[in-house]
Amino acid sequence: MEKPKKVIYLDHAATTAVDPRVMEAMLPYWTERYGNASSIYSLGREAARAMEEARKTVADILNCEPKEIIFTSCGSESDNLAVRGVAFAQQHRGKGNHIITSSIEHHAIGHTCEQLEKYFGFEVTYLPVDKYAMVDPEDVRRAIRDDTVLISVMAANNEVGTIQPIAEIGKIAHEHGIPFHTDAVQAGGTLPLNVDELHVDLLSLSAHKFYGPKGVGVLYVRKGTPLLPIQTGGGHERQRRAGTENVAGIVGLATALKLAYDHAEENNARITALRERLIQGVLERIPEVQLTGHPTQRLPNNASFAFKYIEGESILLNLDMLGICASSGSACTSASLEPSHVLLAMGIPAEEAHGSLRLTLGNENTEEDVDYVLEVLPGIVEKLRMMSPLYQGAR
Amino acid sequence: MEYSELVMEHFMNPRNVGVIENPDGVGKVGNPVCGDMMEIFIKVKDNHIADIKFRTFGCGAAIATSSIATEMVKGKTLEEAEELSNRAVAEALGGLPPIKMHCSNLAADAIHAAIADYRQRLAITSNG
Repeated sequence: MEKPKKVIYLDHAATTAVDPRVMEAMLPYWTERYGNASSIYSLGREAARAMEEARKTVADILNCEPKEIIFTSCGSESDNLAVRGVAFAQQHRGKGNHIITSSIEHHAIGHTCEQLEKYFGFEVTYLPVDKYAMVDPEDVRRAIRDDTVLISVMAANNEVGTIQPIAEIGKIAHEHGIPFHTDAVQAGGTLPLNVDELHVDLLSLSAHKFYGPKGVGVLYVRKGTPLLPIQTGGGHERQRRAGTENVAGIVGLATALKLAYDHAEENNARITALRERLIQGVLERIPEVQLTGHPTQRLPNNASFAFKYIEGESILLNLDMLGICASSGSACTSASLEPSHVLLAMGIPAEEAHGSLRLTLGNENTEEDVDYVLEVLPGIVEKLRMMSPLYQGAR
Repeated sequence: MEYSELVMEHFMNPRNVGVIENPDGVGKVGNPVCGDMMEIFIKVKDNHIADIKFRTFGCGAAIATSSIATEMVKGKTLEEAEELSNRAVAEALGGLPPIKMHCSNLAADAIHAAIADYRQRLAITSNG
């Protein structure tokens, strides 16, 4: 089989390439300025200074104090620390055992909540969503109980891109004095992250989603929020997250976040236009397909669909043969053998959820990339449908 | 997860795709809710599988196993075809990722179901 000549990367929600400027900023911290940020000599102080500068950069973008920023190893760790850290601290203080979250969270939140339910005596309310994967803030209000200790709702969904009404939910949480966490891993780099305007107490980010390195994340924790450290050891990160800091990664994260927000307006406008070209093109050229997620309240880069009668992995393999990288919420592309919990929560039937395709654009994509997908995708869908017993059965 | 070259070859160029008009036997296995469904049609002549076609809704493994399994039994006696196992189909493809062994490797079951359907029709015809 012929090797594709060019790779068209349309899976930026999975990860992104490190920006060369980010790479350059990180480089000295591997071999020259390799000191441990806890050490007292100049090599260590140099590392600590770089880290504190990075912390200030991140804090400025989030409109918070540097000491409210905890560096972690990834978005999942940030989510775990937020949920477990607050839940255990609150439980220990006798505040209660009830957590409110949504039914469309990333597994880093969903599976963490399930474990707290199963082994640690917590009760969890998983809020429903509408057909666009949107949480209703009034549902949050109705779910609040006297023993509610944490609310966690993601800023934007990773599969279908729907942007959640975080500020409204945050206001409701604060009216009741309940800590509010948002997983902003998909929103980071594109949507505003002002923690006061969003009314959040905790917020998770992951560098590799915005052209930074893998293996480094952020958890913002508002001053005064109860938090029990989950990883214990040394006194790093003001006693909240033990472990020698990933100095190079932290420098990379801050550089990447700054670059993203310095250019967010222009990048968002350009990528939104590409997204609309892609969405309209697919809906015009292919019958029996639906856009999944909200038509307008969605991440600039997310175009996701559910195709009837065919299965997502088969679409991905065909795209891959042509050099196009994409993803799907089909069972066959997960380890769980279940189709995406997000699509099911939106009311999409399982057999259609298996036919999901997510294309997520990024800075390097062009109109030509979009047009190439629009040129080849209809043929792939038609070929697979001709093979499908469901398709001809539907005639 | 990675597929062998042979899996990809069968997936991209599947053999014996389609429907047989007036088949002697039809086998259906799987369920669209689970993400895999196969349909096998056979024509039987002198106790041999004279022709075989399939339609599959499913992932790469589901389509590739359907394709190679139809090749493996075409021209074989019914008894030989009944001995084909899902494992043998997977082995003929150079193996499948472990997670695919159970859910997407149903082609031999579909062929057995088609033969059972043929035998049942035959019994009804000879009894009636």
